[in-house]
Amino acid sequence: MATRPEVFVPAAQATVERRSALSLFWKRWGVYYLFMTPFLAVFTVFIIAPVLVAIYLSFTYFNVLEPPRWIGWSNYKLLFLEDDVFLIAVANTLKFAIITGPVGFFLSFFFAWLINPLKLKTVLALCFYAPSIVGAIAMSVVWKIVFSGDRYGYLNYYLLKIGAINEPYQFLAEQATIMPVIMFVSLWMGMGTGFLVFLAGLQTVNTDLYEAGKMDGISNPFQEVFYITLPMMKPQLLFGSVMAVVAGFSVFEVATALAGLPSPLYAGHTIVSHLYDYAFIRFEMGYAATVAVILFLWTFGLGRILMRLFSSKNEY
Amino acid sequence: MAAVVHSRPLPRSFFFFGRRIRPRWPAPQYLFLIPLAFFSVLPIVYVISTAFKPLEELLLFPPPFFVRRPTLDNFQDLLLATNALAVPFSRYLFNSVFVTLSTVLLQVMFCSMCAYPLSKARGLPGSNIIFAMVIAALMFAPQVTRIPQYLVVQKLGMIDTYWALIVPALAYSLGLFMMKQFMDNSIDIALIEAARIDGASEWTIFWRVVMPNVAPAWNTLLIFGFIAHWNDSFSPLVFTRSEAMKTVSVAMISLTNGPASVARLGAQSAAAFLMSAPTILVFLLRQAKVIQTLAHSGIKG
Repeated sequence: MATRPEVFVPAAQATVERRSALSLFWKRWGVYYLFMTPFLAVFTVFIIAPVLVAIYLSFTYFNVLEPPRWIGWSNYKLLFLEDDVFLIAVANTLKFAIITGPVGFFLSFFFAWLINPLKLKTVLALCFYAPSIVGAIAMSVVWKIVFSGDRYGYLNYYLLKIGAINEPYQFLAEQATIMPVIMFVSLWMGMGTGFLVFLAGLQTVNTDLYEAGKMDGISNPFQEVFYITLPMMKPQLLFGSVMAVVAGFSVFEVATALAGLPSPLYAGHTIVSHLYDYAFIRFEMGYAATVAVILFLWTFGLGRILMRLFSSKNEY
Repeated sequence: MAAVVHSRPLPRSFFFFGRRIRPRWPAPQYLFLIPLAFFSVLPIVYVISTAFKPLEELLLFPPPFFVRRPTLDNFQDLLLATNALAVPFSRYLFNSVFVTLSTVLLQVMFCSMCAYPLSKARGLPGSNIIFAMVIAALMFAPQVTRIPQYLVVQKLGMIDTYWALIVPALAYSLGLFMMKQFMDNSIDIALIEAARIDGASEWTIFWRVVMPNVAPAWNTLLIFGFIAHWNDSFSPLVFTRSEAMKTVSVAMISLTNGPASVARLGAQSAAAFLMSAPTILVFLLRQAKVIQTLAHSGIKG
């Protein structure tokens, strides 16, 4: 140190200060960053990077075989100005999401809440979760038999028997019924993620609060739900609602399994059907990525609204 | 902590032959729930019943819902078909069990470890951005990111290894989101402060205080992960090439594939039945834990 010119001393001091600020920072937060490192590493490599690549692809023409070719905004222009099928897909998806999202969310909570105090809850939970275990495609085999268009479809068979209709109705081929059938089957299958999470969430509500509530004059189970359970479960409700939005806007498997791809007159065509069509049938990855980006922007916007609605910053 | 999960008696109680009877209100719910639950399992019942149908019943149209003369023919067909597989069936089974278990356990660890600071370290620089990115990732259609993801796996030289089946699945945004939400409302910050004052390291706090308190959450996550990875045939089909790396879900597809005939329906149902058996078992075991946990851990003193 003695050989060093004096000029360096203040600089050296500055580094010492900066280093101590850094080490203070590290002392305070470092361990938390270490906790997050494993997840963030895989998340960056296997999620963030592919998403960024997909966003880049949305500005290109990419048929998987040749390298992507930059074409600027043309995919977006094409999507909004010329693609009529996309508009049908948007209308169908919106109809689906607006109805099944809130209804599915409410039903999952309602059933979880109803099952929670019961002795047989594990078995009942299995029964209600069963459709999710078996999966959409296996499930739709059964539903196809129910809604089959000939007189052997269970629904047609019984409707004919009671005389409600005179000839078999094409539930999965008529424009008017395709979407309602898809909604019905999805709702019925929808006791998925949200339901189990709510059931787990109900276990974490502090039971002392119920006692306290009773002393404060809560007399029936509905008051209890509104004043204790729901406010205490805000974080789980946020999770459930975000998942309901994601599920609502990404409806695809059930729709395709029931109505086919493309469905008659595109009556069961959804945004993700459209995306799948371009990605894996026409091999226009760039265009498919454009659809994905638009879908993403909508769901993310809705997600922000939900976050505000269920914000739980002031708890504890 | 006397209070257990809220199966509360009605405030009113009465005496019957000198015994105090306290009616519990949940009873009528069963009247409503059991028919719905029955309705909900019907398709599973249908799959199971089809698995035991003899050929002549499979050919009937409309298909009868319940099997009339159950047989094991379909399972025997499946067993016979395994002889034609390129590698012994036990290899597929080992792959499935190994990949599913390691994925699910690491997933829960990674997600919980990352969720803890996001939920409990107030003012951690960057935490809001990270959380927003995780939620955003949930909303990006996975169909489009598959090809880029494949390229990443290829660049890392993971193709045709167990790594390719396990590591990409660890970036489970849904899991992180869920664990973070549960940590938000089921752990009192005072509990963590108390442990810190007692000199516990962050790891000890995480492992001994945080994790036991969110046991319902990670048990649920285990269920989600197990079902997803046990049934997943996409990653093994795309990320592996040699037959020795494939899993049961892929083997089941090749066993039941072939000319689409009614007879195949029996083998397919048998395969579906065998595939869902472990899932149902795991579900029952973990779900029972989800429900027990609170009674055991002395939570929130």
